[in-house]
Amino acid sequence: MTTTPQLTRTGLALRGVTLSYPDGESRLTALDAVSLAVAPGEFTAVVGPSGSGKSSLLAVAATLQRPDRGEVVIDGQEVGALGERARTALRRERLGIVFQQSNLLASLTAVEQLLVLESVRGGRPAAARPRAQELLASVGLDGAKQRRRPHQLSGGERQRVNIARALFGRPSVLLVDEPTSALDHERGALIVDLLAEVTRTHGTATVMVTHDRDLLGRVDRVVEMHDGRLA
Amino acid sequence: MFVALRDIRFAKGRFALMGAVVTLITTLVVFLYGLTGGLAAAASSTVAGLPADRIVFGAPAGAAPTVSFGNSTVSAEQQAVFAAAPGVRAAHPLGVSLTRLTTADAATPVSVLGSPAELLPPLRRGSAPQDGQLAVGADTARTYHLEVGARVGLGPSALTVAAITEERSFSHAPTVWTTVATWERISGQSRPTALALSGAPADAAGLDRAESTTTVPTADALAGINGYAAEQGSLQLIQGFLFAVSALVVGAFFTVWTVQRRPDIAVLKAVGASSGYLVRDALAQAAAVLLGGALLGGAAGGAGGLLASAAVPFEVGPATVAVPVAAMILLGLAGAALAVRRITSVDPLAALGASR
Repeated sequence: MTTTPQLTRTGLALRGVTLSYPDGESRLTALDAVSLAVAPGEFTAVVGPSGSGKSSLLAVAATLQRPDRGEVVIDGQEVGALGERARTALRRERLGIVFQQSNLLASLTAVEQLLVLESVRGGRPAAARPRAQELLASVGLDGAKQRRRPHQLSGGERQRVNIARALFGRPSVLLVDEPTSALDHERGALIVDLLAEVTRTHGTATVMVTHDRDLLGRVDRVVEMHDGRLA
Repeated sequence: MFVALRDIRFAKGRFALMGAVVTLITTLVVFLYGLTGGLAAAASSTVAGLPADRIVFGAPAGAAPTVSFGNSTVSAEQQAVFAAAPGVRAAHPLGVSLTRLTTADAATPVSVLGSPAELLPPLRRGSAPQDGQLAVGADTARTYHLEVGARVGLGPSALTVAAITEERSFSHAPTVWTTVATWERISGQSRPTALALSGAPADAAGLDRAESTTTVPTADALAGINGYAAEQGSLQLIQGFLFAVSALVVGAFFTVWTVQRRPDIAVLKAVGASSGYLVRDALAQAAAVLLGGALLGGAAGGAGGLLASAAVPFEVGPATVAVPVAAMILLGLAGAALAVRRITSVDPLAALGASR
């Protein structure tokens, strides 16, 4: 298994990150010299209208997309020079991603959604079961619900599994993509409360991309994006 | 196999269908293998079982020698030359013909092999036939209620059963064995058909040129049995097509399955699964389906073959069951490998956003 070097938890830093896409014969700039630092235990929300570059920022921070220029630093490790394997290992060991849709695997129960990560890491899923059950309980999923498959859970419960899965690898950076887009306001507020709580208890540098300004009361910092730039 | 086994459990209908297809194709292939083996034995076990290293074919005067028991004839001079050739320990004459065996209440076509006692198959009872006597195979003896000492008609002659041998057959007719002199009388031939050599001539090509003969290893002499090559070739062609169909079906299933799984694969990659992990998992899934289906098909084919062997020539053994089962698994895995390599091209970026 490829592992990243032993790093201290220093959070996430984007420095002068620029990203552009081909757009016909020209290029469309999605991120324009974006710089952002998020410390461990800090919950930062990135808001902005559709097309402002929020998702691109998340994709670059998640090492899923290479920027044209600039640096992405995770726990002191600059990821630009890393190859695909090392980036995959970094995602496995340092990053937690909470997807917009819950993106759970239909064939796995709630607890298995977490255990699959232990299998991916080369560990023994059976040995990790107590921790997976504990994590699910900590996000409000107890008992029989842990043995249910995604279609047997409500939208809010699926999102809780999504969060528990993101936390399973003890990440130092938690990236959250529009977590409330499929939920009503009340359930959305509960999920954001939960994210604030796990940021504090797990000490993650949390970046949440959202367009819902009504849910920002629990975050530590709000940054605005417009046309690929941070306001 | 963490995801692989859970996917099978979750989508059991689809995987059961695929497993059933593998089972049915494997059953068919095992049947075909057993039938091919059985027909091969029925056509050639007499020649294949000869205790000889080389078979020498001659030809009627003026004709070119070919590997053919139907055309071949050899002279006493040729036999003497081969017997004296360096590297040859013995050169036995071999007469081959087809005629009719008649008992008190039945008649059946048989192949008659005229040969010295050295070429006889192992004897179960009795002793090697002398002139005016014959040896019959155990199955033939059982079918026609023959025992040592019984009188039978062989073509125009009446002979006494001197021995019961292991069963052999030639050109799908059970073989009876007699002396070369008796064979010549029954077949109306004045010369034996071929020579069976112990050892191999040091200069086989030179001898063949000089004697106008063709010398081949015993295994290659099977092609000289009428219809043998065409029969075996046809059956092997069908086997080949079945293997190709099997690999294509398995490949097509896993191609569709992999395409359906692309969103899951993108998520797993996004959370840190390597392409290697995902490909290994997918191949393990294919192996599980193939192993289950092929073993079940092998068992069904073998059991069905055992039942069918009472009515048709069918051979059940490691070569006719284990080989096709192993081939089905390996070819299916090859088809699956071509399909699941698509996993490597799935972009984990697809897991972000609302595209799912």
